[in-house]
Formats: sequence, C-alpha cells, structure tokens
Amino acid sequence: MSVLWIFIAVLGLSLVGFFAGRTRAIASGGGDIRVLHSLPKHYGAFVSTAALLPAVIVLALWSVLSPAMINSSVASLLPTSETSADLALNDVKRIANGLDQAVAQGRISKDASYNFEGTPEEIAKQLGAVGIALGSAPDTATMDAAESYRAKAEKSRFWRGVAVLAASVFALLLALRVTDKEFRARNTVERVVKGLLILSASIAVFTTIGIVASMLFESRNFFAQYPALQFFFGTNWAPNFRGGSDLGILPLLWGTLYISFIALIFAVPIGLFAAIYMSEYAGPKLRAVAKPMIEVLAGIPTIVYGLFALVTVGPLLRDYFAQPLGFGESASSVMTAGIVMGIMLIPFVSSLSDDILNAVPQTMRDASLGLGATQSETIKQVVLPAALPGIVGAVLLAASRAIGETMIVVMGAGAAAKLSLNPFEAMTTVTVKIVSQLTGDTDFASPETLVAFALGLTLFAFTLCLNVLALYIVRKYREQYE
Amino acid sequence: MKDIQLENRAVTDEKTKIAANNVNVYYGDTRAIKDVNIDIKSRTVTAFIGPSGCGKSTFLRCLNRMNDTIDSCRVEGRILLDNEDIYDTKVDPVQLRAKVGMVFQKPNPFPKSIYDNVAYGPRIHGLASKKADLDGIVEDSLRKAALWDEVKDRLQAPGTGLSGGQQQRLCIARAIATSPEVLLMDEPCSALDPIATAQVEELIDGLRTNFSVVIVTHSMQQAARVSQQTAFFHLGNLVELGDTDHVFTNPTDPRTESYITGRIG
Amino acid sequence: MTAPSTAASTSIMVADARTLKRNAAEKRFRAYGLAAIFAGLLALVLLVGSILNNGASAFKQTFIQIDVTLPESKLDKSGVRDPEVMKKATTVTYAPLLRDGLMAKLDELGVTDIEKKEVGNMISKEAAAQLRNHVLANPNLIGQTIPFEVLANGRIDGFFKGRVDFASAELDKNVSPAQLNAALALEDAGSLETRFNLGFLTAPDASDQRPEAAGLGVAILGSLYMMGVVLLLALPIGVTASIYLEEFAPTNRWTDLIEVNISNLAAVPSIVFGILGLAIFINFAGLPQSAPIVGGLVLTLMTLPTIIIATRASLKSVPPSIRDAALGVGASKMQAVFHHVLPLAAPGILTGTIIGLAQALGETAPLLLIGMVAFVREYPAGPPEGLFDPATALPVQIYNWTQRADPAFVERASGAIIILLLFLIVMNAIAVMLRRRFERRW
Repeated sequence: MSVLWIFIAVLGLSLVGFFAGRTRAIASGGGDIRVLHSLPKHYGAFVSTAALLPAVIVLALWSVLSPAMINSSVASLLPTSETSADLALNDVKRIANGLDQAVAQGRISKDASYNFEGTPEEIAKQLGAVGIALGSAPDTATMDAAESYRAKAEKSRFWRGVAVLAASVFALLLALRVTDKEFRARNTVERVVKGLLILSASIAVFTTIGIVASMLFESRNFFAQYPALQFFFGTNWAPNFRGGSDLGILPLLWGTLYISFIALIFAVPIGLFAAIYMSEYAGPKLRAVAKPMIEVLAGIPTIVYGLFALVTVGPLLRDYFAQPLGFGESASSVMTAGIVMGIMLIPFVSSLSDDILNAVPQTMRDASLGLGATQSETIKQVVLPAALPGIVGAVLLAASRAIGETMIVVMGAGAAAKLSLNPFEAMTTVTVKIVSQLTGDTDFASPETLVAFALGLTLFAFTLCLNVLALYIVRKYREQYE
Repeated sequence: MKDIQLENRAVTDEKTKIAANNVNVYYGDTRAIKDVNIDIKSRTVTAFIGPSGCGKSTFLRCLNRMNDTIDSCRVEGRILLDNEDIYDTKVDPVQLRAKVGMVFQKPNPFPKSIYDNVAYGPRIHGLASKKADLDGIVEDSLRKAALWDEVKDRLQAPGTGLSGGQQQRLCIARAIATSPEVLLMDEPCSALDPIATAQVEELIDGLRTNFSVVIVTHSMQQAARVSQQTAFFHLGNLVELGDTDHVFTNPTDPRTESYITGRIG
Repeated sequence: MTAPSTAASTSIMVADARTLKRNAAEKRFRAYGLAAIFAGLLALVLLVGSILNNGASAFKQTFIQIDVTLPESKLDKSGVRDPEVMKKATTVTYAPLLRDGLMAKLDELGVTDIEKKEVGNMISKEAAAQLRNHVLANPNLIGQTIPFEVLANGRIDGFFKGRVDFASAELDKNVSPAQLNAALALEDAGSLETRFNLGFLTAPDASDQRPEAAGLGVAILGSLYMMGVVLLLALPIGVTASIYLEEFAPTNRWTDLIEVNISNLAAVPSIVFGILGLAIFINFAGLPQSAPIVGGLVLTLMTLPTIIIATRASLKSVPPSIRDAALGVGASKMQAVFHHVLPLAAPGILTGTIIGLAQALGETAPLLLIGMVAFVREYPAGPPEGLFDPATALPVQIYNWTQRADPAFVERASGAIIILLLFLIVMNAIAVMLRRRFERRW
C-alpha cells in the first residue's frame, strides 16, 4: 500500500468519523442540539481528528524507524569492511530499486525478481535497461542482500498500511464511545488545535536545530579527517580531489571580510546620508518618490546584482581602472564584488537608519534648533549621537548580510583563494567555496566536500554573533525612546 | 502649591523688544492665529494664557521662527525684533534664534553630559575661544539657572540622569548660555511637580534682570505669580493684553473674565 | 535697513562671518545628502538599464526560411511511413537536407563565395532535430519540398543584434565574413528575419553550442512548482505560528526561544538554508536532487520568518476591542481569533505572503546546493509527481547561463532576468494593491 493510498484511506475514515460523531452527539441529545455541551460540528471534528492524528503519528514513526531497521539488518548480510559499508549499502538499494522498476515496467515477473537467476553481467544489463547504471557487476552477497532488502521493504510496506489503518479505526471507535451530550468536544478540539499551533511555531526552533545539527554532524566528520588547527589557521586553500589538500580557511575569511569591508565603505555613507536627507530635509514629494525607488533596490534578487557585476561593473573596472593603472587584468575582483554588494546594501542601511533617525524624539531637534543651531549642526551633534547605537546595529546587520551574501561574490569576486591587499585582484570568499565544494560531483566521504560544512558552520557562527549583537543593540536603542 | 507672592512686579522697562503687527498664522488652510498685534517689552516677563488650542504656543513659536520646521505652516504680517523684521528674507533664522532662545514644555536635555548640554550653544555660536571661557559660561549659566550647587560635582554625568525639575533647569541654563536677548518658554512647568515648579518660577523671575521673558502657561496662578504683562488668547485671537494685575483683577473683555473665573477653558 | 555700525554685529539682517561659514557647511551637508540619494537612484538606473540593454534582444531571434526537400531515399527507404522505422534516420541525416536547401537558396541569390560547411553552420544545430520531429509527426511530407523555418546560428543572430560584426568575424572561428554576407543577402531577399521568439519563454534549456535554442520553459515551470510548495506550506504554518505567538503564547522560556529563533532565522545567510536542505532533505531523508519539492521545502523554511513577521504585525494591528467583543458574547478564545481577528488581519497576511513569495522566487544560492543547477531538458510531469522530477528554477537557470562560454548566453541570462523582474513587479504590485484596497486604520 503506497503512502498516497494510506493517506486517502485515513482521510476517508476521518470524514466518516466527522459525520458519525455529529450524528451520535445529536442523537445523544435526543435531536435537540441545545442540550449539547458543544456545537455538533465540534463533536464531528473531535472524532475526525481522532481518526486522523494517531494514524499520521504512526505513519510518520514507521517511515522514520523502518528504513533504519531494514538498513541495519541488511548491512549485517554484507561482508564487513568499515570504510565502504555505506557505499555497499547504497549499491544494494540501487539494485533493489532497479529490480522494483524492472517489475513495474514488466521486464521481469514479480516472482523472477525475487529469485533472480543469471550471471552478474546479465543482472547489470537488466538494470541498465531500466536506467540504473552500476559501477561494476554485483557479486552474490550484494545480490542476496538486495533480495533480502526488497523482501523486507515489501513486508514493511504491508504492515505499515495495516498498522496505520488499525490505529485510525481504533482511535475513531474510542472517540465515538466517549461522544455524548456531556462531553466537552469543543475544549478537546481546541486543545488539539492549540497543540498544532505550538507545533507550527516551534518549526523555527526545529529549523535552527536542523541547521546546527546537520552542520555539526558533517563538520565532525570533516575534523576527523582534517586537523581543526590546520583548517582554522591554515593560510593556503588548495583542494585536491585526489587527496593531500590544503584547506586553510584564512584566505577565504580574508576575501570575505575584504569584500564586505569595501561594500560597507560604499553602502554606509550613501545609505546613511540618503536616510538623513530623507528623514530630515526632504519634502513629502521627494520622499514619496525617492524612498520607494531606493527600496526597489532591496527587492531585486541577488542574481541580478551578480549579473550586473559580471557583465557591467567587472569589465568597466578592469578596462578603466585596473588595466590602465596596472593593478590587474581580472574583471572579477574584490572591488567589483564590493561595489555591487555595496549597491545592494544601500537600501538596507538607509531604511534601517531612516527608522532609527525617526525614533529620535522631535523635542531634541527643537531644543537644538531653538538654540540657534543650523540643521546640519543639529543632525551632526544631536541627532546622530543620539541615534548612534541604532546605527551601529544597522551597520552590523548590513555586515552580516555582506558576509553571508553568495551570488554576487560567486559571479563577481572570482574563485582564486588569495591573501592579497590589491582590491583589483580576484579573491574568493567562504560562500563561494561552499558553493563550489558542494556542486557538481560530490563525495560525502572526502574532506574536500565535507569542508563545505565546516565553512558553513563558521559562516553561521559568524553571522549569528553579528545578528544577535545587532538585534540586541537595536532593541536596547528602541527601548530608550519608547 | 504655595501661593507665593513675588515682589517687585512693576514693569521696570518700557522699551519694546518685540513688536508684532497683524500677524496671521496658517496651518495649510486653517487660520490658527488671527490678526494679532502685541508689543513685548524688554526686561519683563510676559505671560500668554488661554484655553488649550487657542494658539498661544503657535504664536510663541513664531517669535523665533521655530514654525519654519513645520512644512505646512505659513506666517503673515510683521514681527519686529529691535525694529528688524524677523521674517525678512535676509534674516538667517539661526542668528535670530541665537538672540531669541527657547525652553520647551517637556525637559529635553541632549543625551550628553551636563557640561556639554550647557556648552552646546556657546560652541556652535563660537562664543568662547578658550576652554576657560567656556567653563566660565557654563558655570555662570548653571548658577543663573540655580542648578550649579546641585551639579557642580558631576558636570560630566549625563544630563538625562537628572530629575525632571533639574532637567528643566538644565534646559534653561542651556538656553541662557548663548546670552539671548529674549527667552521664550513654552509651558516650562507643565511636566514638573509642585516643588520643581516653584524652583523654576523663582528662576524665571530672576531671569528678568537680564532678559525679556515670554512664558506660555496653562496655569493662571503661575501667570499671576511670575509675569508683569499678561496676554489672553482665545480661538486664535489676542483678546486682552495688559498689566498682569489689571488683567486678573479687572479684565475688560467678558471672555477674559469667563476664563479667569473658570467658565471657559 | 540702515543700522548704525555699532549695531551691525548684532543685527539679524546682516550675517556675520561665522554665520556665513556655518551656512556654507549647512549647504554642503545638504548636498551630500542629496548626492547620496542620487547615487542610490543612479545605481538603480544603471542596474536596470544595463539589464534591459543586454537582455531586451533575447526576446527576438533570427529565423531563416528554407525550402527543404525531403527525399524518400534518405528518410524512409522502406516506404511504409512508419514513424517507428523512420526514427532510424537521425539528425545527422536531416542536417544536410537543411544545408542543401539553404545552399540552393543562396545560389539563387547569387551568393557563391561560401563553402558548403559554412552554409551548414549558419543554421542552428537544433534545426535538424526540429525538422526530424516535424517529419516524424507528418510522415506524408516525405518526398515533397516544404518551406521550413529554422533558427539561425547564434553568431548570425548576434550579427543582427549587433554583437557580431565583420571585424570580429575575421577573428572568430565560429563565424566567417562570408556567412555574414550570405545572411545579409538572405535578409534582402526576405528569407531571413529577426522577430519575437516565443520559444525563449517555452522551450527547455539547450546545450552550450546552441544558445539560439535555449529557453526558459523548464525553469519557469520549476519555479512555479516551488512557489506552489512554498505557498501550500509556508502560509498555513506561518499563519498558525503567528496566531500562537501573538494570541496564545504565554511568556515563558519556550516562547522566548521561538521569538529569538525567528528573528535570527530572518537574518541567517540563505546559503546556510541550502546546506540544511542538502544535509536533511537529500542526504538524510533521501529526497531526489534537483527536485522542486526540495527547493520548495528549503524556500519555505527561508520564507517562514518573513511571513510570520508580517502576519504578527497585522494581527497586532487588530484592536483588542474586537477580541473583547467576541469573548464578551461567550466565544472561546480560539473562536474569537479564528472568527474575528484572523479575517480582519487577512489582507495584511496576504500582502506579507506575496512579498515572502517574491523573495523566494528570486533566491538562488540555496538552490545551487540542492542540485537545481543541473542541465535539465525534460519538462517535469504534472504535480504532484512532477514535484519529484528534476527541474531547474528561473534564477538558477540565469546563473547557469552566465557560466557558459558563448556570449549569446549572457543576452539570454539578461533576458531571463527581465522575465524574473516582471514576475516580481507583478507580485509586488498585487501586494501594494491589496494593501491600498483593504488597509484599515483603526
């Protein structure tokens, strides 16, 4: 029984439950719904939920636990060699999967598929016909394991259907039994709904846990193969898929920070001055036009900025600055990525600063103007110092954005890991290397791939600290004027 | 509240400091001030009284062009400071405000030290060339604001850490540090407790020896206590202007009488 | 006004030196602010201008009209017109037919100084496959001479769009001046034209050598699938999570933890979500690579904070008096929220959701990690199975094209960005309209 059919069956039961619960409740009230504790639909919903919820829980548990159990029992059939256990198991699954498909396409009969006679080459050929390419012809142990795997999987699928439907029916009957006019159906249903609400809200926490756990787990695998000291303090980045790689993070961090720094050099003054002009000087007309226009920049996807860096800014900088001044020959450079990222951050800095400047009470400005200060003196000596913590927070948030930005640097910064001061040279960043190590052919056993998780963990830790700090500063700042 | 009777309430100087002729103020299309004519004398405390929304604060803010910061606000008529029209295009509001200082309803010290709060005006106007001069101005202003003894040991502490009454006196010290000729006060005691109010009122009376003071107040007792001249505003009109004693004891306009006796307000 | 000289220093009519200096500083400061705004606007204009400039031509394509003779001897020796048998004739057989047709036309026009191979290369490599499909669908065409419209090679197309000229053709091994002359002659004769190309929007991707045939069909479909998944998951989860946090959550540690997590997730770099997707959905849960379902799940997690923040803001803006009124007539808290507060907050929630979707639509980095950057030529099946088929997405397709060697792909990438921006503009316009229409001030 496939998941889809189980699901449809359970939904059907739940629908039946709804009407059964309703009817039973109305009957228990002798047809007068006013004597019921809750509305009839609440009783219906209660029975319906009872049919649905336990079944879904059983289904979910089964789907998580059963593959793990099958895997471990099948793995015991295979000749044990520590390193390739995962790979061997993968082969088994692919063969099993291939046989399933061959049966589905009618190439071999179901019976034959469980007792596959023939040389390994024939098997490989059969599987090739359904689109499962094997590296080499499978040996007998693997074939036996595959057969056992398929048998167990099929058995598991059958019992899964039985268990889920049994759970559904059992809970439904139980719910019907307690349904009568005194029963507080609404309160019970609302408790379930509230539970679901809590579950939804908790997804944010689960996501964070998922992020941290997945990266920690793979990073641990990485550090088991590559010394952590060399990773964090190595000054050379030279991955080599044949082994013997140098995987020092320092050149990547340098590129990341250098590019972010240049981006902030562009974005902070422009964004801040734009915000100052908008909140302190601009008339309503200019504000109505300029503010949304600048905020449009924030809605543009980063891939667009990336292309802008690649085809416009990069060649421009190379032809008019780097080459004539003898700084370099590369269109992708720290400068290219930095400027374009700076443009991306302008609206970010300006709208955050705008909010923050607006939070400075008008009475402060009045006090200063009333003393005969010019507007710019008021801004520089009263408004900005008052807003400073908030603005620092905004800049930190912008910095965190810049450090985590991917597409602009992938397309504008280059791929060479270098520790150089020349901003017209191509350099690379942590995010670029995460992308390059995890796309294309990846082998999740080699340090060259796993390093991406360690890079991701570093990036996550870095930006998380910046975000927490920035959010804390901004919140403190707001509280001050509330 | 102590009903103190301040001495020496005769007007000592009859010279006109500010003269307003036919002043009208509009917010967009609404006319908030209607044809106001008033003379404000130097070395005198003039009180503007009237019910809420009568335009007294609006008119006060016209006197040092603080209304310029409100986009929709428009002023018609002439306001002369020492015979010079403050709304003349040649006038720089910055210079004007250096001469006509302002203290606001709510104490609004800058988030800086007490010293920097007071030194702010002298610094931007370049009134002191040496640190010692600036120290002198700060001390002098704080003394005039009757705050020196309370804060002399903690001049570098933030101004926002003072109590409400102290903060308002700090704001007064800040305003007088630039040696203005006129000091405008917009309900300076409305956010203060009675004791702080009494301190500030005492201070205002003392300031009269150096400045011409215009004070907007909600409280008739306060106007009676601190001012020599009183102007009563009602619905944007200047209803009555005269010696405080006269206005309070023998008002000429029935509306003034109604207000003073508590029938409108 | 003639003031006495002693009074000059105190007259407010005459600005003293210090005031002049201060006013100059004021003017400068204002100018900086204005310059900053103009710098921002200029950046926007440059960005959009450069994309439009590079990409507008992607919507047009150069086509050549060829009269192709379809000889039975080559295409269907058996003569039974059975498509199964005719499939044996591959594109290798069809390509020379097109070339010969074009040769004949050029001969007619008097263009002779061009080699046979060069003529063949003027036609897109995709054309032979198109002709083959056309013939397989209409076997009775064999033996006739039919007019057939083919895509011109990318370089010829580039010539009519200004990317290629005679000087560059001299240096380019992919195109020769003779071909350009021939193309000009064809244009004069009306057999070649550059016009709107629907294939750009509907066709699947094409390989490196045939930029002229590459289209966005699979990418648009993939993006739509992912948006569907995001909408179906993120909206209910986001709304229920917000309802809990805004209406029911007690102040305890778990609530605090959720709050902190949501605000932090909103600022986590998008690529980290890609790593999550790769590790959890693909490596752990065993979902297929390049599938819209995985992309949709990753984007859902990314979009959730945006939707939650918007939803909470609009729930918060419903005044408590509404809740009190409902509770006052005996509704349970749950009924008050679902019957009264939620409908009133709906426009705000929708606006937030659309903005979240727009954000998700443009997101690239996490999709690279879950394998959506693959070369996909097959359209995914209809949902729900299609959600598990390999597909690509608009932004990833754009990235993919920028990594190709042929500069004609840059034009297509820019064109694809125009499409992407159009989608975003429409979505944001709907959001703005919803807000204008239903915004309520309490």
